[in-house]
Amino acid sequence: MREVAVIGVGMNKWGELWEKSMRDIFVEAALLAMDDAGVKKIEALYVGSMSPGIFAGQEHLESLLTDYLGQCPIPAARVESACASGGLAMRTGWMDVALGLHDIVMVSGVEKMLDVDGGTATYALATAADQEWEGYNGATFPGLYAMMAHAYQHKYKISDDRFRDMLAAVSVKNHANGYLNEKAQFRLKMTMEGVKTSTMVADPLRLMDCSPITDGAAAAILCPVDVAKKKFKHHPIVKVLGTGAATDTIALHSREDMTWLRGTEVAAKEAYKMAGMTPQKIDFAEVHDCFTIAEICVIEALGFFKPGKGCTAALEGKTARDGIIPINPSGGLKSKGHPVGATGIAQIVEVTNQLRGEAGKRQLPKAKIGLTQNMGGSGGTTLVHIFKGEK
Amino acid sequence: MSQTTAKYWREIPQRYRGEAVKSEKTGKVYFPPRLVEPGNGNRKFKPVKLTYTGKILTWTVIRVAPMGFERQSPYALGVIELDDGARITSQIVDIPLDKVKIGMKVRVEFRRINDDGPNGIHLYGYKVVPE
Repeated sequence: MREVAVIGVGMNKWGELWEKSMRDIFVEAALLAMDDAGVKKIEALYVGSMSPGIFAGQEHLESLLTDYLGQCPIPAARVESACASGGLAMRTGWMDVALGLHDIVMVSGVEKMLDVDGGTATYALATAADQEWEGYNGATFPGLYAMMAHAYQHKYKISDDRFRDMLAAVSVKNHANGYLNEKAQFRLKMTMEGVKTSTMVADPLRLMDCSPITDGAAAAILCPVDVAKKKFKHHPIVKVLGTGAATDTIALHSREDMTWLRGTEVAAKEAYKMAGMTPQKIDFAEVHDCFTIAEICVIEALGFFKPGKGCTAALEGKTARDGIIPINPSGGLKSKGHPVGATGIAQIVEVTNQLRGEAGKRQLPKAKIGLTQNMGGSGGTTLVHIFKGEK
Repeated sequence: MSQTTAKYWREIPQRYRGEAVKSEKTGKVYFPPRLVEPGNGNRKFKPVKLTYTGKILTWTVIRVAPMGFERQSPYALGVIELDDGARITSQIVDIPLDKVKIGMKVRVEFRRINDDGPNGIHLYGYKVVPE
């Protein structure tokens, strides 16, 4: 297998992009990544998109997007694993380059979520849960994560007030980071009080515990490390050290322990093994904080914190930009936005910029090894990637 | 968008009558029935009916309802572990929302789930009530 490098990344401003179509937001991000890498031609495209058929009434992104990017005729594939579609596009593109099929490969993600009403958007997202045995009975995504939250609170015997603070601290921390990100959808500083008094969505999760609905795209260019070292020397090289993927049950109720993300644990172990890494060697991570409780469960499953200890991490500043392991320096899904298929690639954009030392106001002082964790459904699929910057 | 009625009636044995299967290898009850048992590849099961009593493992109150449930919100939803070990996601009804607690004993009842589905028919299934 060949070693793989990230040689270009791009994302546009995320948010409610009323003037722009799905193809336009994709092409904008893709061109940014191509310009960043300094390539005019890609050899293959992988695009993560969860539900363009429902959100935009459009399938067959392979043809549409390579056409409007001016790259036909090339091989392309849309990949889907709900909110982890972007992460899966990354892994698929990595396999392509590692196996030696192509040298210059684009991995990307796009979701145009605001062309449909809120009810339809919620329906499209709900298809990532077990529609027959969860959705049929009235479950929603905030509801499923809320049930994880209550199970967590009960397991570790945390009082209501204390738990409320633990969840709110995750949102406050991610908004503080996103405030520095000019691409973020919601660049607003949140207070603990502001989070704790926002509208209740599914007890105990409030509006400011939930990631928003977003239009957005992101893209990255992969190539073999030896090619990158010869031809793409204008940025520090970012190596892909490891990739991991694992599924878990589709329904939350089928899990032995509803507070433990087994898919994330297994995907992380695979990625750590391939990278020759341990959780302690990771400098920072971009993780899937679709809800505040998700970040808490994820940082435990990744091995950054012991089970039952992830809940105090944000509250004690351990995951802040100046903490022991900064989590979501981009602002995470919470502040940056969550155009589902694009999220996993946007994590790679942030990690690449950090590892290159090009993250501007958000630059972390220690950023040599970065990790991304992208998750679909209530944890039914997880993709983990580990990157190293060679400054 | 409409779906065939077959999508609804094929689940009637589970939604109306709690028809499940029990692994002949491990004795574990699976609901809905599966063709192969996770972890060991066993394909031998015998039909059983769910035990209609159990307890709340976790819960929430849905305040922003999905399509079709708008008129029911806010409503309590939970993961219920039945006394036979099977688990279901179900609404928790006939109880004030602030009384729902983890560990509470509940009983499964046959109820209307939705006023109207995409087929224009009433959708029925199970909900749980305090025991």
